[in-house]
Amino acid sequence: MYAFEIERPTTIADAVKAMEHDGAQALGGGQTLIPTLKARLAAPDVLVSLTGIGEMKGVCLSDDGMLCIGAATTHATVAREAAAHFPGLAHLASHIGDPAVRNRGTIGGSLANNDPAACYPAAALGTGAVIITNTRQIAADDYFQGMFTTALHGGEVITEVRFPIPQKSHYMKFVQPASRFALVGVFVAKYADGVRVAVTGASEDGVFRWSEAEAALSADFSAKALDGLSVDADGMIGDLHGTPDYRAHLVKVMTGRAVSAA
Amino acid sequence: MPKDHGIGASDKRREDVRFLTGAGHYTDDIKHYGATTAIFCRSTVAHGIIKSIDTSRAENMPGVLAVFTGADFADVGGNPAGWLINSRDGTPMKEPKRPVLAHGKVRHVGDAYAAVIAETELQARNAAEAIVAEIEELPAIVDMAAALAGDAFVHDEIGTNQCFDWGWIEDNRAATDAAIKAAPHVTTLELVNNRLVPNAMEPRCSIGNYDAGNDSYVLQTTSQNPHLTRLLISAFVMGIPENKLTVIAPDVGGGFGSKIYHYGEEALVLAAARKIGRPVKWTADRTEAFLTDAHGRDHVTKIELACEKDGTFIAFRTETMANVGAYLSNFSTATPTFLHGTLMAGNYTVPNVYVNVKAVFTNTAPVDAYRGAGRPEATYSIERVIDKAARELGIDPIAIRRKNFVKPDQYPFTSAAGLQYDSGNYDALMDTLEKHIDRKGFEARRKESEARGMLRGLGLNAYIEACGIAPSNLVGVLGSRVGLYDAATVRVNATGNLSVMVGAHSHGQGHETVFPQIVGEMLGIDPQSIDIVHGDTSKIPFGMGTYGSRSLAVCGSAMVRATEKIIAKAKKIAAHMLEASADDVDFKDGQFTVKGTDKSVSFGEVALKAYIPHNFPIEDIEPGLEETAFYDPANFTYPSGAYACEVEVDPDTGKVRVDRFVAVDDFGNIMNPMIVTGQVHGGLGQGIGQALLEGARYDDDGQLLSASYMDYTMPRADDLPFYTVDHANGTPCTHNPLGVKGCGEAGAIGSPPTIVNAVVDALQSAGKNVTHIDMPLTPLRVWEAMQNA
Amino acid sequence: MASVAMVVNGKSVTREVEGRTLLVDFLRNDLRLTGTHVGCDTSQCGACVVHVNGEAVKACTVFAVELDGAEVATIEGQANKDGSLNVIQQAFQDHHGLQCGFCTPGMVMSAAALLKENPKPTEAEVRSYLEGNICRCTGYHNIVKAIMAASGQDVAAIAAE
Repeated sequence: MYAFEIERPTTIADAVKAMEHDGAQALGGGQTLIPTLKARLAAPDVLVSLTGIGEMKGVCLSDDGMLCIGAATTHATVAREAAAHFPGLAHLASHIGDPAVRNRGTIGGSLANNDPAACYPAAALGTGAVIITNTRQIAADDYFQGMFTTALHGGEVITEVRFPIPQKSHYMKFVQPASRFALVGVFVAKYADGVRVAVTGASEDGVFRWSEAEAALSADFSAKALDGLSVDADGMIGDLHGTPDYRAHLVKVMTGRAVSAA
Repeated sequence: MPKDHGIGASDKRREDVRFLTGAGHYTDDIKHYGATTAIFCRSTVAHGIIKSIDTSRAENMPGVLAVFTGADFADVGGNPAGWLINSRDGTPMKEPKRPVLAHGKVRHVGDAYAAVIAETELQARNAAEAIVAEIEELPAIVDMAAALAGDAFVHDEIGTNQCFDWGWIEDNRAATDAAIKAAPHVTTLELVNNRLVPNAMEPRCSIGNYDAGNDSYVLQTTSQNPHLTRLLISAFVMGIPENKLTVIAPDVGGGFGSKIYHYGEEALVLAAARKIGRPVKWTADRTEAFLTDAHGRDHVTKIELACEKDGTFIAFRTETMANVGAYLSNFSTATPTFLHGTLMAGNYTVPNVYVNVKAVFTNTAPVDAYRGAGRPEATYSIERVIDKAARELGIDPIAIRRKNFVKPDQYPFTSAAGLQYDSGNYDALMDTLEKHIDRKGFEARRKESEARGMLRGLGLNAYIEACGIAPSNLVGVLGSRVGLYDAATVRVNATGNLSVMVGAHSHGQGHETVFPQIVGEMLGIDPQSIDIVHGDTSKIPFGMGTYGSRSLAVCGSAMVRATEKIIAKAKKIAAHMLEASADDVDFKDGQFTVKGTDKSVSFGEVALKAYIPHNFPIEDIEPGLEETAFYDPANFTYPSGAYACEVEVDPDTGKVRVDRFVAVDDFGNIMNPMIVTGQVHGGLGQGIGQALLEGARYDDDGQLLSASYMDYTMPRADDLPFYTVDHANGTPCTHNPLGVKGCGEAGAIGSPPTIVNAVVDALQSAGKNVTHIDMPLTPLRVWEAMQNA
Repeated sequence: MASVAMVVNGKSVTREVEGRTLLVDFLRNDLRLTGTHVGCDTSQCGACVVHVNGEAVKACTVFAVELDGAEVATIEGQANKDGSLNVIQQAFQDHHGLQCGFCTPGMVMSAAALLKENPKPTEAEVRSYLEGNICRCTGYHNIVKAIMAASGQDVAAIAAE
C-alpha cells in the first residue's frame, strides 16, 4: 500500500464533502478495495470510509412495497434482514464471499465497483432495482455500463438501493473454483408483469439481461421453457476457469436451475 | 487394543497448546530491536537482458539504508544442485549458476534483480518502485518441447535447454523395447502431471543478524532443515564459516518441500545485515510465494504398458519431460530421476522397466520436490495406464493389480527398476480396502446418483513409495552430493528430565509429542519430562532435517540409538551404585535392578549420580549422561497402500464431487495413530487438490496466470469429504529399529490416480468414450471432455 | 497519524496509527499480539480472522482507524480465565485439528463465530462456513470433526484416528 489518510464521516453530507478532496476515494467494506490497495493498484490520497454513517445502514420496506437497503449495509445484515421479505436476495447475500467477508462487505461497495463476477449486480439488474445516490436515482438498466463501469460520476456516493420485491426469485451461482466469485451467476425474478433474468460472471460487458429467456419464462415460468434457447458464446469471458462456450452453456444451465429453485 | 500411553498411543499433541493460544513463534512474529525491512525488485517479464539498473534515486529516498543488485553478488558462489545426474551418454548434467540476485539476465517472472533495505516497509517499497531497471525483453521459453527444439536458451552459456537426458536403467532399455515390440497387448497413455504450488500457509520469511563483535551471523528463517541451509550458505553461496553462522528455524507454518531449499533471500538478508549492522527482515507476501517458492511436479509423460491378454504385465516404458524451471533448485535433479524412475515398477513383478527423463530449463519458477516428490508422478503414470489397460482388456481393475502384485513370500524383492523392497503385503491391503468400500453396493449407489441426474464412478489404486531418505552409500553412488543420515543427542539433565536435540524439524508433524513417547517408553519415564529441541544449529547435532517422510525412520532411529547408549551408560552407573556388575543389572520401567535381588535404583537417581559424581569411578565412567548418535539408513523404507474413492460428476456442469475416499496404508509400525492418520488426511487433501483443483499455469509469455488464491484453487473444507483411513495392515520395516516406514507423503502419492480413475469410470458409465483427462479435472475440463467424447 | 482506541481481549488500548495500518498490523506490531497471522494478500486464507464487536472479520482487510471504539477479540484472549483451553481449542487438540498451527488461530475464531450463530451445525454447514479459512495441513477432516465435537455432537461415528 501507498500512504494515505482515512476520513470517517458520520453523515452522508460530510461524506460527500470529503469526497471533494483531490485523490479521494470512497471506502465501503473494503473487501475488494483493500486487496487492491495492497497490490498498489490504487493510490488514493484520502479514503472516505462510509462504514460509520448510520443513515446509510439498514434494511426496511418502503410504503410502496420496495425493499430498501442502505448502501453501507453488510452482506450478512442483508442475508438476515431481507430473508422474510425477499428470500431470493437474502440467499444471494448469504453466498457472497465467506462469512468474514460478508460481515464487512457492503451492497453499495459491490454495486459501485461493478466487478463482472460480483453477485449483487445480478440482483439489481434482475429486479430492476433503483440505485439511489446523494444526487439522484438511477434505474439499474441505466446504471451498469460494462465491467467495472457504472453511471456514477466522480464523487457521487450510493446511499441506498431499492428493490421491487418479486413474486418468486432465485439466484444460482456456479462458482469460479479458486476465487469463489461467480463463474456464472443468474438471478431470476418473476413479477406480475413478467420475468427478468440477469447474468453475472459471464460476459465481457459485465452483468446483462438475457432477454430471450425473459420472454420464454414470462410465458411459462419453468426450466423447460428454456429448452429451445441458447446463449451466444460471442462476447463471453474466456479465462483459466471457463471458455466462452462453457460460460454460455452454464448461463442456460444456471438459469434453469434458478427457475426450478425459485 | 490401542495403547493408552507410550509407543503406539494417540497422545495429544503438546505443541497444540501454544498454537491454539496464539503463543507460537513463527519467524515473522520475531521482532528485533532496530530491525529493518528488505523488499525485492522482481522481474515482471519472464526472460530479458538486464541492460542497466539505476538505483540512484532509490538510494536517496527517506529511510533507505542500502540497495543491492546482482552486481553486488557477482563474485560469490551460486546456490548449487544437491544431486549430480549423468545423461545416458555419460556426460554430466548442465548446471548453470543460480545467483543470489539476477545478474545479466532475468529468467522468470519474479526473478529478483535488486533489493532495498529501509527503516520501514513503506519506505522500502517506495524505494523499490523508484529503481529503474532497463530490461530488454526476450521471447519467453515456456513449453518444454519447444524449449528442447528451439535455439534460444534460458542460460546462453550452456547452449541448450536440456539439463540432462537420463535413462533408468539404461542397460534395460533394449530388453524393454524388445518386450514391448513382442507383446500381445500394449496400452499407451500420454499424460501431464500438473505443476503445483506448495502453498504452505506461512509465507517464507528470513531475518539476518550480524554481530560485529565476533564476526558472526544468525539467520532465522522458514526452513525444514536448518543445517542443510547453513551448509549451502557456508560452503557454496557466501563462504561464511559454519562456526560463524547459526541458522534457526523456529515454528514453521508448513513446508511440503518448499522450505527445504536455500533461497537467495536468505543470503541477501545476511549480507545486508552485515552491511548496515542492523537486523534485516524479509517477509514474502503470497504473490511472491507463488512466483518464487519452488513449484512441484510438472511432467509431460508418455507411458506404455505391455501385457499378456490375461493382464500379466510384461513391461513399462516411460518417456518424460520434467520441467526444472529457470534455475536448478537444490533437489530438483533428484526428484524426476531417482525419486521417480526407481519407482516405475510400482507394486508389481513386471520384469522390464525403462524410464527416460529429459529435464528442461524454461522461463518459469524453479521446480523441486513437493510432498511426494517424484513418487506421485510415478504412481500416477503407472496406475493410470493400468486402469486404461484393464478397461481395454476387460479385466477388473482390482484383479489386474492383484495378478501382478509382488507376493508376501517374495521379500526382499528387487524390482525391475532396481530398488529392493524390504517388506509389504499388497494383497492384504487390497483385502482391507475391499472390506471398506462395499463394492457390491456400488451399482445401487450408481443408480441412486443417476436418478438425481449424476454420474457415479469408482476409482481404485495401489501405490508403493520409497521414503526415509536415504542410505548415504546408495545415494552417493547415484549422484547425491550430501549424505542423508540424521542425528540426535539425548541429554539427561541432573534432575532426571531430558532434552532431546534432533536434526529433524517439526513444522506440523508432531515431533515434540511423538519423539518423547518413544524415548519415554524406552527409559520408562513420563514423556512429559522430555522436551524435544529442534531447528537451531547452535543447539542440535548436524542433522539433515525433515522431508521425504524421513523424520521417524531416520532421525527417530538416531534417537533410539542415542537412547540405547544412554541406557548402556546408565546401567554402568547403576551397577556402581548397586555394587554389582553391569552385566547383572536389568533395566525395566525406569528401574535398574540387580538380577536375583531386590536391590534397585531408579533412572532419576542414576541421572543425579551422573552429575554429582561423588564416589564415582571416574577412571571407568565419565560423569554426565548425554549421548549422540548418527544414523544412516540401510535402505529406503517402502510404504504402500490401496486406495479407492467414489465421485459424482454433474454432467451439465462437469463438476466433480468426491463422495467417499478410503485409504489403506502400510506404514510399518505406528508410533502415534492419531498423528499418522492426520498425516494421511493432509496428503489426501493435497492429492485430491492436485487431481481436481490445483494447477499453476503460465501463458506463452511466461506470465503466471494462477499467481494468487483468486486463480489458484486451494482445496477448501467443502471440496473434501471425511476420509476413511486404515493402517492396521502394517508390515514392519526390516532395517530400522522402530520398524517404521514414513507416512507424510503417502496420501499425496496415492490419491491423484484414484480420483482420475473414478472420474473416467463415471464418464464411461454414461457411454462417453473418455479414457483420460489431464489434471486438474476442473469443471471446465470435464465438461469439455464430455463434449468431445 | 490518527488516534485509535479499542478494547482488545477485554483491555482498553489507545495508539497512534497511520491511515494505512491494517487491523492485523495493529495487532501484530503495535500490540505484539502475533497469534493473528497473515497468509495471503487477497483476503481469502483466513489466518487473520478475529472478532470485531462479536463478528468474524478478516483483520487483513480492515483498517485499524475504522475500528475506533470497537471491541476486538483475538486468539490470545480465547482461553478460559484459568488459562486452560476453551471448549473449541480443547476440541482442536483432542481431535488433532491442527498440524503446523499457522491457520489455526483463524480457524478457531471462525469456529467460535459459527457456533455462536449455529450451535449445532451439520457437517455440510461447518464445511460451508469455513469457505474463507484455508488449511494446507489437515485435509480439513479433523478440523470439521473438532468443530462438531465442540458443539457437543457425538463425533465417534466419524472415522477416528
